[in-house]
Amino acid sequence: MRTAIGLKVGGVVLRLLVAALPASAEPLPVTEVAPGVFVHQGAIAEPAPDNAGDTANMGFVVGDSFVAVIDTGGTPQLGVRLREAIAARTGRKPVIVINTHMHPDHIFGNAAFAGVPIAGHANLRDALAARQEIYRQRLTEELGSEAAAGIAPVRVDRPVAEDVRVDLGNRILVLTAYPTAHTNNDLTVFDRKTGTLFTGDLLFVDHVPAVDGNAMGWLRVIDRLERVPAVRAVPGHGPVRVAWPGALDAQRRYLTVLVEGVRRVLTAGGGIQDAVAHVAEEERERWLLFDAYNPRNVTATFAELEWE
Amino acid sequence: MMRYPPMGLLAGLLIVLSMPGLAATDAAEDAARWDILHDMYFKDRPIEEAGTLIRIDAPARAHDAALVPVRIEVEPSLRLKSLSLLVDKNPVPLAATFRFGPASAGSGIETRVRVNEYTNLHAVGETQDGRLLMTAVYVKAAGGCSAPAVKDPQEAMARLGRIKVKLPEALSPGSPATAQVMVSHPNSSGLQFDQVSRTYIPAHYIQSILIRAGGRTVLEADTDISISEDPNLRFSFLPTGGGSLEVVAQDTKGATFTHSVPLTAAAAKGDPAL
Repeated sequence: MRTAIGLKVGGVVLRLLVAALPASAEPLPVTEVAPGVFVHQGAIAEPAPDNAGDTANMGFVVGDSFVAVIDTGGTPQLGVRLREAIAARTGRKPVIVINTHMHPDHIFGNAAFAGVPIAGHANLRDALAARQEIYRQRLTEELGSEAAAGIAPVRVDRPVAEDVRVDLGNRILVLTAYPTAHTNNDLTVFDRKTGTLFTGDLLFVDHVPAVDGNAMGWLRVIDRLERVPAVRAVPGHGPVRVAWPGALDAQRRYLTVLVEGVRRVLTAGGGIQDAVAHVAEEERERWLLFDAYNPRNVTATFAELEWE
Repeated sequence: MMRYPPMGLLAGLLIVLSMPGLAATDAAEDAARWDILHDMYFKDRPIEEAGTLIRIDAPARAHDAALVPVRIEVEPSLRLKSLSLLVDKNPVPLAATFRFGPASAGSGIETRVRVNEYTNLHAVGETQDGRLLMTAVYVKAAGGCSAPAVKDPQEAMARLGRIKVKLPEALSPGSPATAQVMVSHPNSSGLQFDQVSRTYIPAHYIQSILIRAGGRTVLEADTDISISEDPNLRFSFLPTGGGSLEVVAQDTKGATFTHSVPLTAAAAKGDPAL
């Protein structure tokens, strides 16, 4: 309703309306990275009160008839603010919400898009069903129960097994599901009209990559991604736009160093703790949040590679 | 505008709550918890501090609460009858009890546990003459028991029951060797919640692992839900001339998984060396 009023009477009134509500829904700032392609940049940080959980990139693509929303942010409130950003930029309605993967910083804003079908990887529903309660508890610890209030139940209306096309009106988006890489439910969105690829967290820039799937699988997926004929990409974390495919290089180097380092420890008969102490140390200065994620990446990769 | 308490006040409260006074209460709580566990698992038997005879090593802050590596080192001269590992504040604190057999070559064990909240881990060794010796380490980690640990459920189910044994490249009969046994199993704790079905995923875990070398027992382990998915044990044993290292694992649904690796240097290459 608020959206409709705002659209009819213009931005000034919308702003007044927003100011009157304590749960402020100031539109998220967005950048138009290509014609009709808008991106909001999240902070490169762990969710915390100073960033209100706004730690992942999200965006929307506007066609002649409809809008597609790509990720919705780390809290229901961020979803509301994204919805307001869409309303501020176009009169067209979201026809689909696309979740690039299960992580809470990308999906808890789904709550603001009730009634809009949600598309995601065919594994997304099960993966989220097993995790959402833990994610909700963690968000409550990080930001308080207010921030976590109103998280929507798990819903994936359009599971994507391989490729799905979405027509927004003279604009086709291609949704592609990948085998286990960053998670077991990674999905990319390619806007053919402008050659813009939303990678989700299959691409981290500046923020150290986080392995919650399979490092070897991720390296294989990078080889596939590299062939996508995009001219720019929107990473899940990092700047709003990066050059394609060059932006993949740093991440490939990190994952290669991670895998080779863990293999060396395994060959030498070392344990997980030896691996955590040393592996990928040479990458430390090249990434943000290295200490928050590298030890976990090493632990996960060790447990993966010891079965080789 | 006043729906939210001012952040400054909240921050002040948090700081007060995390003051050292609380830490003292924590220590008292930890001690009280251990008293309960002592009664529960060891009745009224006295337990001495192990001093340097038993050491336990785990990361002070775990990187993955569902996969916390723990190493228990035991003074070589001390031949234990059994060794118990407890995660004090877990829903089922007793993670595992290892009983050592004649083919064991020392009572040290390395494994991986789930940690549900900041807690002490205790190792309690039982000597041949029935004394109990304990040591503890504090680990900061949370959520390990309810965490959805399996990253790739399809792959995990395809691999369920697979056992892998890692042996050193060279084995000489009678001189102690280190081996690692890995059992692929989700080890579902029963505390993992499925948001769509609104039910807990039923507990399904490895409850015993028997390891023999050349027909003689190395160790028998009773294991519970505090052990991480894909139970993983590293231990010492005495190789025989020839024969094999056998592993028999049983889970709570009655399935038995077995694996046997010949104890010869050449055969050891079949499973990659340590």
